[in-house]
Formats: sequence, C-alpha cells, structure tokens
Amino acid sequence: MQERLKELQAEALEKVTQAADLKELNDIRVSYLGKKGPITEVLKGMGKLSPEERPKMGALANEVRDMITGAIEEKQIALEKAAVEQKLAAEKIDVTLPGRPVREGNHHPLTRIIEEIEDLFIGMGYTVAEGPEVEKDYYNFEALNLPKGHPARDMQDSFYITEEILLRTHTSPVQARTMEQKQGKGPIKIICPGKVYRRDNDDATHSHQFTQIEGLVIDENIRLSDLKGTLDVFAKKMFGADREIRLRPSFFPFTEPSVEMDISCKMCGGHGCSTCKGTGWIEILGAGMVHPNVLEMAGYDSKKYTGFAFGMGPERIAMLKYGVDDIRHFYTNDIRFLKQFSVTE
Amino acid sequence: MLVSYKWLQEYVDLTGVSAEELGEKITKSGIEVEGVETLNEGLKGIVVGHVLECEKHPNAEKLNKTLVDIGGEEPVQIICGAPNVAKGQKVAVATVGAVLPGNFKIKKAKLRGEASNGMICSLQELGIEAKLVAKEFSEGIFNFPEDTEVGQDALALLGRDDQILELGLTPNRADCLSMLGVGYEVAAILERDVKLPEPKTASATEKAEDYIKVSVEAKEDNPLYTAKVIKNVKIGPSPLWMQTRLMAAGIRPHNNVVDITNYILLEYGQPLHAFDYDLLGSKEILVRRAKQGEEITTLDDAKRTLTEDHLVITNGSVPVALAGVMGGANSEVNADTTTVLLESAYFTGPVIRKASKDHGLRSEASSRYEKGVDPARVRPAAERAAELMALYAGGEVLDGTATADSLTLEPAVVSVTLEKINSVIGTELTMQEVEAIFTRLQFKSTVDNDTITVTVPTRRGDITIEEDLIEEVARLFGYDNVPKTLPQGAATPGRLSEYQLKRRLVRRYLEGAGLYQAITYSLTNQEKATQFALEKRQPVELAMPMSEDRSLLRLSIVPQLLEVLKYNTARQNDSLAVYETGAVFLKNDGEDLPEEEEHLAAAITGLWENHQWQGEKKPVDFYVIKGILEGLFAKLGLADKISFSAAEKEGMHPGRTAEVTLNGAAIGFVGQVHPTVQKDMDLKETYVFELNLKTVLEAGTAPLQYESIPRFPSITRDIALVVDKNKSAAELQSIIVETGGKLLKDVYVFDLYEGERMEVGKKSIAFSLKYFDPERTLTDEDVTKTHEKVLKAVEEQAGAVLRG
Repeated sequence: MQERLKELQAEALEKVTQAADLKELNDIRVSYLGKKGPITEVLKGMGKLSPEERPKMGALANEVRDMITGAIEEKQIALEKAAVEQKLAAEKIDVTLPGRPVREGNHHPLTRIIEEIEDLFIGMGYTVAEGPEVEKDYYNFEALNLPKGHPARDMQDSFYITEEILLRTHTSPVQARTMEQKQGKGPIKIICPGKVYRRDNDDATHSHQFTQIEGLVIDENIRLSDLKGTLDVFAKKMFGADREIRLRPSFFPFTEPSVEMDISCKMCGGHGCSTCKGTGWIEILGAGMVHPNVLEMAGYDSKKYTGFAFGMGPERIAMLKYGVDDIRHFYTNDIRFLKQFSVTE
Repeated sequence: MLVSYKWLQEYVDLTGVSAEELGEKITKSGIEVEGVETLNEGLKGIVVGHVLECEKHPNAEKLNKTLVDIGGEEPVQIICGAPNVAKGQKVAVATVGAVLPGNFKIKKAKLRGEASNGMICSLQELGIEAKLVAKEFSEGIFNFPEDTEVGQDALALLGRDDQILELGLTPNRADCLSMLGVGYEVAAILERDVKLPEPKTASATEKAEDYIKVSVEAKEDNPLYTAKVIKNVKIGPSPLWMQTRLMAAGIRPHNNVVDITNYILLEYGQPLHAFDYDLLGSKEILVRRAKQGEEITTLDDAKRTLTEDHLVITNGSVPVALAGVMGGANSEVNADTTTVLLESAYFTGPVIRKASKDHGLRSEASSRYEKGVDPARVRPAAERAAELMALYAGGEVLDGTATADSLTLEPAVVSVTLEKINSVIGTELTMQEVEAIFTRLQFKSTVDNDTITVTVPTRRGDITIEEDLIEEVARLFGYDNVPKTLPQGAATPGRLSEYQLKRRLVRRYLEGAGLYQAITYSLTNQEKATQFALEKRQPVELAMPMSEDRSLLRLSIVPQLLEVLKYNTARQNDSLAVYETGAVFLKNDGEDLPEEEEHLAAAITGLWENHQWQGEKKPVDFYVIKGILEGLFAKLGLADKISFSAAEKEGMHPGRTAEVTLNGAAIGFVGQVHPTVQKDMDLKETYVFELNLKTVLEAGTAPLQYESIPRFPSITRDIALVVDKNKSAAELQSIIVETGGKLLKDVYVFDLYEGERMEVGKKSIAFSLKYFDPERTLTDEDVTKTHEKVLKAVEEQAGAVLRG
C-alpha cells in the first residue's frame, strides 16, 4: 500500500510537471485528489491494516496528498503567469502610430492681437469701449476737429451712405461718443477696438476694411510724458522688453501735439536693414495730446482737462510680428493661414 | 516734396551735415523723411562728348556711325541708334568702362561689323524718369548747350551728383512745400541762419498798369491778385541748372518762361501762371466765379464745363484760366510769345479744392493752394520770377505791378504760459530755453513774467493756438528728451463688460468645439446682402460704391462663410468648420443710423471626424451642428430657454432646418444649406447656423447656485414608443417631462428605429427615464405609479404604443 501511494505520488507529480494549461492541471487535480481518485481508492484498503499501521499509513497518504496539492498550486501560478504574459504579448501595439486628433479650432490672428492688446491695457486700468461701424459724419469727423472741407479729410476717403452717414474711417468716433456720455467729467481710460472702412482698392498693403485699436485717457494733468511712458510699457510688453521706442512729431487734426511712435527694429537691433528700410525703426502707431477743440466740443473744459490718444492697426502689428506679407490674407480666411495661429508663443 | 541737398545749400549752410544726417534730424523734429536718394548712385564714366562726324552705318538702316571727341587724345568711334544724333552736338557719352543704371557696364563692342567704343546716352539711360525728360529729347539722346566743354563729368552738369530728400508732408506743414520753407525748418533744426533770395530788376519806363487792369469780383476766394508784364521775351530752353533742378524735384522742363514759374513754385511755394499777353484778347483781368455751364479748354486740351462753385480768371468776358488749378489753352505761352503776363495771386483753399476735385485735376499749384500758401510771398515771388525772366528769357520787366488787393495780412499772435508748456509736455523747461526755440524758428516773441507771446509768421499758417506753440517747443526740444511717466490720477478698475466677457466665452467655446474664427467683409453684393437674413429688411447701400461686389452692407454672415468654404474647398481643404461674430446692418429711414446687430454664424462641411489610419470617418450632419449649438446654450446657462422646431427658410434644406427660439422668440436658424445652393458653390453637404448674438448674450441667466450631490440611488426605466413618423421627439419629450413631474429627474432619447421591421409610416423612438427623489430611496412601486401615468399620457396625447 505504501508503495502504491509512492507510485501515485511520482505519477501525479510527473503529470503536473507535464501539464500544459490550466484545464489539464484541473483534470489532474480531479483525477488524483477527487473522491473517486486513486488515493481515496488506496485508503479504502486501510481497514485491512493493523491498528499500529493505520495512523502511519494515514499520515503517509496525507503527505502524498499535500505534496500533489502543493505541486498543482505551484504549477497553477506558473501557468497563470504564463497565460497573462501571453495575453500581454498578444496585446502589444505600435505606440509610434499617431493618436486620435482632438478637434480644435482657433481664433483669428487679428483677434489674437486685439485681445492681447485689450488685456494689456485692461491691466493698466482701461475698459473696452465699442461703437457703431456706421457712423454720423459728426462723430467720425466734426467732433474730431475735422469740419467739412477740411483738407485732412482727404487722407481717408470714405464710404458715404448719405451726406451725413458713412462707414467709420477710424475707431475715434467711439472716443467722441464716450466723451460726450461722460458729460465733461473725468477720468476716462478706454481702448476702442473695431472694424473700420476706407475707399482703398484691396492689394497687398491696402484693404477697404481693416481693424483699429485706439486708446484715450482724459483726466486732470495728463502729460505728453504720460503718453510716452504708456506707449513704452505697451511696446515692451507687445514686442519684447529689449525694444526701444521713439516719438516723432506728426499731424492729426484731433491731437496737438501729434506724434508717431516707432519701435527699434527687431531684425537688425536698430542698425538698419531691409525690414526697417535702413532706418533702424519701424512705425507702429500715431498718437498725441487730445486737441482742445475736441475736448471742448465734447463738453470738457480744456483748461482743466488734458488727455492723450493713440491709435494703431492690428493688421500692421500682426504683419510685423508674424511676418505676414499680404494684408488680404486676414480676410480670405484660407484655413492654411488660420491654422498657423493656433500655437502659443 | 523732393528736396535737393545741393539746392538747399543756397538757403542754409549745410557744412558738416550729410544728406543722411540731415534726413534723420528732420524726421526726428517733425517731418518724416521717407528716403534719401543718391541720383548718381552706381554710375560712373559718363562725360560730355562732341559729335565730330555722323554718318549712316554701312550695314544697318537704323544705326549711325559717329566719331566723338570725348576729351581724350583721339576721338572714338561710337555706333548710335538714336534718331536725333547729328554732327556738332554736345552729348553725354558713357565711355568704355562706364557703368549705367542697373549695373550695365559699357565695353568695347562690334555692331554689325563696326567698332563701337562707348555709348551716347539719352537721359532715360542715365536714370532719369521718362516723364521728366523735356519733349524734344524724350525720343532720343540729350543735347548739352553748344558751349559746353568737352570731357567734363556729364552727370555733374546734369545735377546728378546730388542727393534728394523725400519729405512726407502732413497737411499742416504746407509751408515745407517750398525750398524756402524747408530752409527755415532746417535752419531751426540746425540752429543756423537762413539766407533768402533778394530779387532785383532793372527799372523800366513803361508801367505794367498801362498794359493791364486787374479787378476781383470774388474777393473772398481771391483776396490778392497781382500781375506783372514782361516784354520782349524770347522763348527758348531754360538754363541747364534750372532744368536739372526741376527734374530732380519731379517737374518736366518745357521752356524758359514756364520753367521759371515752376522754379519759383518750388522755391517760394507760390504758384505762378504765365499768360501770353497778346492772346488774352483784352487789356483786362477779371477774377470771378464761373457762370453755370461756362466752358474752358485747359492746357491739357480738355474741355471743362464749369459751375458757380469754380473760380475763373477772365479777360473781362471769357475765362482764360481755371484759377489756381490750370491755365487755359487760349492764352498759353508758346514759341512765338513775346509779352508775358505773370500772375501771382492768393487764392483760398476751399474754392480751389472744389475745382480740383470736381475736375479730377491735381496740379502742383492746386495742391499748394488747397493746403494754404503764404500770402506774404505773393509779391516777392513775382519779383523773383520777373528777375529770372529778364536774366534767362531776355525779357524787359515793366515797372510796377497791377494789383487787386483786399487782403488784411495779420500774423497770428499767440500766448502761452511756461507752466502750461511744462504741464502738457511733462518737462521742466526754463523760459530762456523756450525763448531760444522760438528764436531758432525765427518767430518774434516777448516775455511777460510767466507768459510768452509769439508773433507767428504768415508762412506758418498752421500755428493758431497755444497747443500749436507747445508742439513747436516739444519737437525742437526733442521727443527723445521728454521723460517717460505714467498717468498719476486715481486708479480706475480695468475690465471687460459682462457682454464682452460672454462674447469671448462664446468664441473660446466654439474654438474648443473645433471651429476656426473667420473675419469677412461687411460690404457685399445685392444677392448676398439679404440671403439667409434673419429679418426681412432693406440692406444699407453705399452712395458711391467702388464695385458692385462691395456695394451693400450685409444682413447676415452665412453667405460670407459659405464663400470661405468655397474658397477653401477649391484649394483641397474640403473638411472645414468656421464661425464668425460680427455686425449686420438693418436699414432705417432717413438720417437715422442703421441698427447694428451682432450676429454669430457658423458653417461646417466635409468630414467631422476623420481618424485616418483607424479608418473612422464621419461626415458632418444636422446633429453635429445642433450639438454645437446645444453645448453653447448650456454653457451660457440658457439650455432650458431654448427650443428648436422644424422650419423652412429660403436657401435651406426644407426637411433639415430648424428655427431656434429663446424664451419663445425666434433668434436664428440652424440646418443644412439647400442642395442646389451647395451645388452652385461646389460644396459637399454643408450645415450652417446664424443667431442674433446680441439677444443671446443679453438674455438673463439664473445665478449659479450649488445643488447638493444626490445621496439616494435613482431608478432608470427605458421605453421604446411606436409613433407616427412625423411625431417629433421634442413633442414626446415634453409630454414625458410634464407627466413625469418632480420624480422624473432626467429623460433622453437613446434610440431611433425607422427600418423595415416597422409598420409603414411609423417609427420607434426610445427614451431613457431617470427617476429620483432627493429625500429618500425610491421603491419600485413609487416609480411604477408615475411611469404608468407617463405611458398613458404619451398614448393618449401622441398615439404612442409601447413597442413589444
């Protein structure tokens, strides 16, 4: 009997070692350890043994049983592990294939410039003022010291609808309207972005529709030096801390004195190159101290209040900043153009 | 204004200041110098030659064989193709080794078998614009005067050894439309003196006033008219130096008399006009407004019909010039002219501007009058011109000037305090510094305590108020020297308005949803202006459009976005999603401004999803664009207030279009573009929406309020309802929501079946209903009670049968 058990043990262990998968292993477990298995069968013959031999034989049988169980468990872990590994191997993918694209749009480059400027001035205490694109001649010209017949009206030939109504040629009428609403009281700190229209044939540098951003500050004791300091902050934030500004005298009917602001050329660092036409400077915007006639017409006491105003073209800024060579790109909306402005700088 | 650096030296000493340096200084202190051009840049080896022999080329009909003395030991043979070359001429010769414009190098050559050692040049070949070359030389080579010395530098003789400063003048600085004006400006900048010409004429016995009587009817338009008479004039070419200065300033030489008037125009900024006295037809000049319908043929041979808005110079009966703009052909100076009537007058801007605009005629004269000339120069300019006519046209200047003068010439006197100057600029200048600046400008000033009073010369008509004086101080003090400060007043809160914030939110949402922002034109054509409009209104029309395509303001944005899709589709980008926010314009009657409504529109076409290598492609459909809109309204807190209902709209697919309402009022539409429109524009299936964004952004939303997280489980029941095909999901849903009451927390469609297994005319639509009570755990019985009611309601109200 003892030999029979040893024999079964060796036989079972051999089979466990040979087992190829979990099912086979389970079959082995059932056939050797089950109630109808050979070990149970052997133990049925225990009754024929002497009382001394019985416990010995019982212990031996348990030993054999435990050994087989242990071997099966061990084998089971090994087989499970192999199965998992096999599964993982089968699940291997090519991680270099492109991922599923996230659908994403983007804002227009002009909006990008305009919002950047808005946010910059909002940080300096400005609010954003807007007004109609179809304007009265009064707000577009007369309230800005451009009476009918003024030669400077030639500078911006306009689209008239009636004799008194036109498409605004600049965003300055928003300034005139804001001043009028404030009824002669300060302070005012606004920037006015928007679309404007002029009678130009569309070409690489002209567009009959374009955008402008103007700023206006009115308070007691506003100085030209405040304008210079404000524009310096703007230029350094917008174009880089290493850029210098230069003011040049100019002429606008609604400001006196009037200036134009240049920034030092990024390409050549101010030494002169083709981008800046050899001057080292690039023209960015027009500005000046609000003309006393403009203040008075809007109900401000020009003895008490002074102010400055500035105006710039987001198209020009975008063209300079991103190297865009044709203003018409902004209005053609070629997706290959628009997509280029998705990245942050 | 083109300013010759060499010529300018007659008025200001420019020693030690190069043209480039001068340009930089002028720019910094007020007038933008747009460029400094060196006229003879890159040119060399061009000398004066004497044509000794000239005969036909033996082998070429159109060529000449010449022998030219160029000041060397031996004359050289040159083959010349110019039709006007002739023996005895003094010409410009590009010698062997010379360089002409465009880096064109002259080498020894053989032309049809004959040696050619150089090239006889036209002015064009020397880099002078064709339109500036005098007519007699425009088709061939240039001839120097006979007495010109051979071998000398031809470019220097032609004034090409010069640099030209191109001034970009703003309208206020008309004073710099003259060499004298530029002289004053440069003298002030360099702190040097200005030298003025001092015309002298020999005295004559005959008096101008015996030859001509001058009177002015339109005194407001013409406060001062003067006429001088120059007799025994010989018309011929003007001296070479004068011609070259005119050319350098962009004016073509004609003859001595006309050139002199143009030369004075450049020197003094005072337009002059020379009439042939004998052709005037009377001994009288009368300046008046034209009669309605009166006609004149101007020097350009154009017949012009005049109105009472135009000022004319007449001989007492008929016009002989359109005042300040252009002379008449009837009294033009010509080769036979012997007596010249020289007009120097002060016309006011508006009347000249009107004539110039009405007749599309902009002359050197009119542009100066429009911007304002210096009335104090009317007489000196005439004197100087008369002097030159005596010198260079052999004329005899008659004594005196016939004049009609109603001008009161009062220079502006303007005062400003030092405190004001410093407080506007932000400087701490002293009175001495301020005075010194006005002295540099040659403005007379007096100081009384804190106040400086300045007498402004009439040449600077742009200075009338104290701010103008402050500007003069600021620009000559130098903007580089102005400190940088920031406004000192009370702090103001900087922020976007709620509307502006929401608009940005809308844009970011749409961009996150995959749409690109487009910006299109507001001006469009008749067809597109009203297409897809939300409201049937007349479009706003321009009075004088530049083209039919940009003649009206848009009433909707969708047509513009479809153009964007069309443009891109034609360029192999046919899966697109774009949106735009912007104004549309609704016409009002009379002088009221149109209403401007901000709209939001979007257009999508092609594939919505396209994962290339996984092969997943999904074209856009109605529910894609509707989903974008629903998400937008949810974001804006308006989901409960919005509804969609089937609608028909011109240009849209009749079965795939919905009207969008907000609180029951229509705010826009969404749907598929009509297949015929798609086909016309070569577009695939395209879906669009347009909304009145203003209404959407101004709609009130409930304040954001926290809602507790559910502690009890919910129970879900799914039902599939068989209904008539035309029953809408929205209809069924509203019945369910209404009947479901408080317990029904959520309901949504999860399936739609319209396939073969359905009875004809029927469809199955499946809803998922979620029941929930925030206070307790619901039992099956609770739910069943409500759920039965729901089923009964949909059956009774919509004929819905629970699908087996």
